[in-house]
Amino acid sequence: MSTATGKAIEGLKRRAAEEDLLDVAYATADSPFGPLLLAQTRRGLVRVGLPNQDSDELLVDLAARISPRVLEAPGELDAVRRELDLYFEGKLDSFDLPLDWQLSGGFRQRVLRAINSIPYGQTRSYTEMARRAGNERAVRAAGSACGSNPIPLVVPCHRVLRTGGALGGYGGGLPMKESLLQLEGVLDESPAS
Amino acid sequence: MTALPPFQTVLDDHAGAVMAILHGAVGRDGAEDCFQETFLAALRAYPKLKDDRNLRGWLLTIAHRKAIDHHRARGRAPVPVAEPAELAAPAGIPEPDDGLWAAVGALPPKQRAAVALRYGSDLPHGEIAAALGCSPEAARRSLHEGLKRLRKELA
Repeated sequence: MSTATGKAIEGLKRRAAEEDLLDVAYATADSPFGPLLLAQTRRGLVRVGLPNQDSDELLVDLAARISPRVLEAPGELDAVRRELDLYFEGKLDSFDLPLDWQLSGGFRQRVLRAINSIPYGQTRSYTEMARRAGNERAVRAAGSACGSNPIPLVVPCHRVLRTGGALGGYGGGLPMKESLLQLEGVLDESPAS
Repeated sequence: MTALPPFQTVLDDHAGAVMAILHGAVGRDGAEDCFQETFLAALRAYPKLKDDRNLRGWLLTIAHRKAIDHHRARGRAPVPVAEPAELAAPAGIPEPDDGLWAAVGALPPKQRAAVALRYGSDLPHGEIAAALGCSPEAARRSLHEGLKRLRKELA
């Protein structure tokens, strides 16, 4: 792409933001696990794509479910990137970011909101999350709500374990869940498995 | 209906073509603003777009309308001109070709505008004259001179 076109596109993004046309703004961010995809609406952070997830697919999904006005606009996500950087450095134990929950409804959203209140460095069981969401017997559904968490890392589904302490699953892969729990001091560096 | 692709994809796929056409139609100085006007208009209308099979034609139609607006705004008499249909996907718009549109972009302003409006927007001579604020004879002459020069350049 020519520099003239690049410059014109930059100006276009600025004007689109001024005219309130960015229904979904997204950016990528580096992390110790690989690139993350961050997407937000006017309401707040709506989606975090983990390194093992396909960014293109994820954007197509956001276009279909929220609005096709999806544009890359890194400046709009500065605050999110900054907090994630601090978190990965171990310097931030609670995110202060507006969240948009629209991609999860009903029981799933209640589970995710319960997860969102698990403090840094602590863990809870899937059973407890099911109970907090109003149905103690829906443990499997609570597990699947964790698995479909659209805002991982910030909504800390990595802090949910099986009763008894087994790791359970993680959308970004189990090694990533282990590393996050080590970062938060929940697991030893070399966990006995 | 299948869902529309993320607008970023549309921008990535067609920014170059739109810029090339606008360079030809309004020159380097006006192209950036026309480019932004084009994609802002497209972004506003995008969620209601019924058919995404000819996004390029749709964008180029908007770009040509913005180019006409640009010429009109530069002090030419505001004569009413038939608007090209915004959402139609015209068959007559040429695929941008780097060599050709670069040569069009190098023409003197009036010849450049006449060629772009005639062959890009498919306007008849009378409307080109109205857009440029000159007589139909003068528009015809600019077009003729522009084409003559292009033939020589590209021969």
